[in-house]
Amino acid sequence: MRWLAPTLAIVAMAGGMTPAAAERLVVSLSNHRVAVTSSFTGEDLVPNSTIEPDAGKTAQRAYDLVVTVTGPRETLRTRRKERVLGIWVNVDSREFVRVPSYLTILSNRPVTEIASPEVLRRLQVGLDNYLLPQRIGPDVADTVRDDPFRVAFVRLKIQQNLYRESGAAVTFLTPTVFRAAIPLPANVPTGGYAIDVKLFANGAMIAGTPTALEVIKTGIEQYAAEAAVNYGLLYGLAVAMMALFIGWFGSVIFRRD
Amino acid sequence: MQIYLPIADLPVNIFLVLGMGLAVGFISGMFGIGGGFLMTPLLIFIGISPAVAVASVASHIAASSFTGAINYWRKRALDVALAMMLLSAGIVGTAVGVWLFTKLRELDQLDLVIGLSYVTLLSLVGGMMIYESVQAEMRARKGMPATLRRPGSHTWVHKLPFKLRFKRSKIYVSAIPVWGIGFIIGFVGAIMGIGGGFLLVPMLIYFLRVPTATVIGTSMVLTLITMASATVMHAATNHLVDAVLALILMVGGVIGAQFGVRTGQKMRGERLRLLLGLLVFAVGLRFAYELVVKPDDLFSLRQVRNV
Repeated sequence: MRWLAPTLAIVAMAGGMTPAAAERLVVSLSNHRVAVTSSFTGEDLVPNSTIEPDAGKTAQRAYDLVVTVTGPRETLRTRRKERVLGIWVNVDSREFVRVPSYLTILSNRPVTEIASPEVLRRLQVGLDNYLLPQRIGPDVADTVRDDPFRVAFVRLKIQQNLYRESGAAVTFLTPTVFRAAIPLPANVPTGGYAIDVKLFANGAMIAGTPTALEVIKTGIEQYAAEAAVNYGLLYGLAVAMMALFIGWFGSVIFRRD
Repeated sequence: MQIYLPIADLPVNIFLVLGMGLAVGFISGMFGIGGGFLMTPLLIFIGISPAVAVASVASHIAASSFTGAINYWRKRALDVALAMMLLSAGIVGTAVGVWLFTKLRELDQLDLVIGLSYVTLLSLVGGMMIYESVQAEMRARKGMPATLRRPGSHTWVHKLPFKLRFKRSKIYVSAIPVWGIGFIIGFVGAIMGIGGGFLLVPMLIYFLRVPTATVIGTSMVLTLITMASATVMHAATNHLVDAVLALILMVGGVIGAQFGVRTGQKMRGERLRLLLGLLVFAVGLRFAYELVVKPDDLFSLRQVRNV
């Protein structure tokens, strides 16, 4: 796998700025824009991070790092099939409202080992704890974790390589230097991405920094995709003209009489 | 070599899609059909959503039928007046089809209706073709002349009012069945992503008694215009036409068709019809299997909108 040129450097610096928060995460991104070309088949965005121990403390703390990457929001319907008169038909569906099209949670060890369930839920850390609101009647709310539609939704998103939770994706190069790879699959949605880096120590979050990333697609394909949505009629006429041209061209070059 | 399909939102191997275009083009040239009923299922099979497959194949059929129509035009083997008459209803059928397509998609039942339509139509038409050609084959074995069956020259179809004369086809028929056939082909084409040539040709022969000399050329003109308008309508309403996919299919299809035509000309008519019948029937069975067998995953996702 090739590494993408712009790397994300996450640097947690030793503080001294304020006495209460000794560690501070400074996240810098060498490039806030990832351009996906037509031959794109998926790549990894590699962030590195360095944590220098707090100058005021002699004992080094054991750090945990959780990187949550969320893509542009979308509304999706999860449909369930049932057998009706011998054939399989979509009978039931749930709408997931404004959920991330892409959601990746990377950490140095499974999130359940990093903090207590209450902390994880409050901070929305991990796929199980991330809010995925469903439209239920007139209300929009997240359901219990083992709701069959929620489970199916997350499973399908994982199959599409758009959701992921990995407890081994952030690695320590030294006790204070991290390295993580954010996977970007070929079907990565374009738009604004939020990268949220949380630093934990002893089961509590001690620092957190948000940063952003923009994924753009370039080339003729993206131009076509935008035209298809924005200028549907003209796009259709252009495709129809293209069909006629190729049809005519075929009859000319293969003319046998 | 991987290429990204912008609307299908999927990377595919360009040579795989080109090969499919060539293969379907070959078959379409061999049998004188558009090949949509093969192309759409193949695209669904490689993971393209049925909605995008149906909408994109429409433009592919428009290209291959234009090539065909030009060839028949040069031979003066098409009836423009009849084609225009069929077309006036065909456009209405296409518009109704595209409207229903949109509604069904909103109700999450589009894939089901596409599947059911394929099963019903293909197994019926395929079964009839097999029966017909086996009978012709048997008659030929017994030494009887294998003439095209044209029973009782006048049926109820010929008693309908609003009669019109089509000079090139040398027929005098009511406008009602002409419009009816045009509407059905336009409608079915928009829903199923097929040009409908394999339906239209038998309908024109059996109901309207269009002579074999003009039937294929006329059918191609109708297919061309309904599919070109289906492309525009699908693009304008559902934004589902994948231009990159369509382009690869068109190029493959147009080339493949040329070789198919040569192979087809070397084969006997009954043998050709039997082969086509078997092919149509097999695709129908494939869809039936899909509907009846428990799917690997009972759940599926559909994007409602970007926020």
